Amino acid sequence: MTNNQFMFLLFSVVIVVFSLLTVTSRRILRAATFLLFVLVSTSGLYFLLGFNFLAAIQLTLYAGGIVVLIIFSVLLTSHISEKLAIPPVTKRIYAAVAAVAGAILCILTILQTQFIQKNFDPARTNIRTIGEGMLSTGKYGYALPFEVISVLLLAAMIGSIILAKKRKD
Amino acid sequence: MFEGVPIHWFLVLSTTMFFIGIYGFLVRKNLITMLMSIELILNSVCINFVAFNKILFPGHLEGMFFTLFIIAVAAAEASVAIAIIINIYRRLVNIDVEKMNEMKY
Repeated sequence: MTNNQFMFLLFSVVIVVFSLLTVTSRRILRAATFLLFVLVSTSGLYFLLGFNFLAAIQLTLYAGGIVVLIIFSVLLTSHISEKLAIPPVTKRIYAAVAAVAGAILCILTILQTQFIQKNFDPARTNIRTIGEGMLSTGKYGYALPFEVISVLLLAAMIGSIILAKKRKD
Repeated sequence: MFEGVPIHWFLVLSTTMFFIGIYGFLVRKNLITMLMSIELILNSVCINFVAFNKILFPGHLEGMFFTLFIIAVAAAEASVAIAIIINIYRRLVNIDVEKMNEMKY
């Protein structure tokens, strides 16, 4: 077993175990913490694949921003010691059957597919290539989605301020 | 093949994570835990994009840019969702989906 395989298996075990704990934990703050572990080990996978910039974005934006936002809203809307009710058995069985059936179907399809795997090229993901790709308008350039994303972020910011504002009615 | 790790491993991992998220979305009743399940689903899709980019199409960075945009959309979605959740909590004093059966206010 090579180093890469070992690190991949370590990260994937952490991801699967803590994802399961996220959806089954009865304390909501612990569920948010387990989600944080899942996101951090996903960023470890990106580091393993060589996408350093993407892994840093994942750490700062997902693990730093979204999880903190979720924890704030947990603290605003429920007590820390409060436990969630256990969902009824039939609901859990139906959901588990749906999820396991879908997972088995997809995994069987994946394992039967032959992919043409190429040798990778380690020097592609430097920050200069990313910046030029973000701002170029030619082929393999992403200027239009970049601008659309900035408008979307502005709209989301204004919308959430207006939604969460206290109304005088 | 990424130095001994075939792409199937990444795909199986992200499928598992995706369906764990689906299970959580179906089972949970609290709005914030449902939002966490959605984050799990989005994250598994990101792993898929990055693995395809690295292993199958290493010449360009398309998967990486898509993942960046997914992360930005997820941040916007989480902020709007949490604003809505706080607004609902202010009106109904809990955030169970089953208690939210009227749209009119």
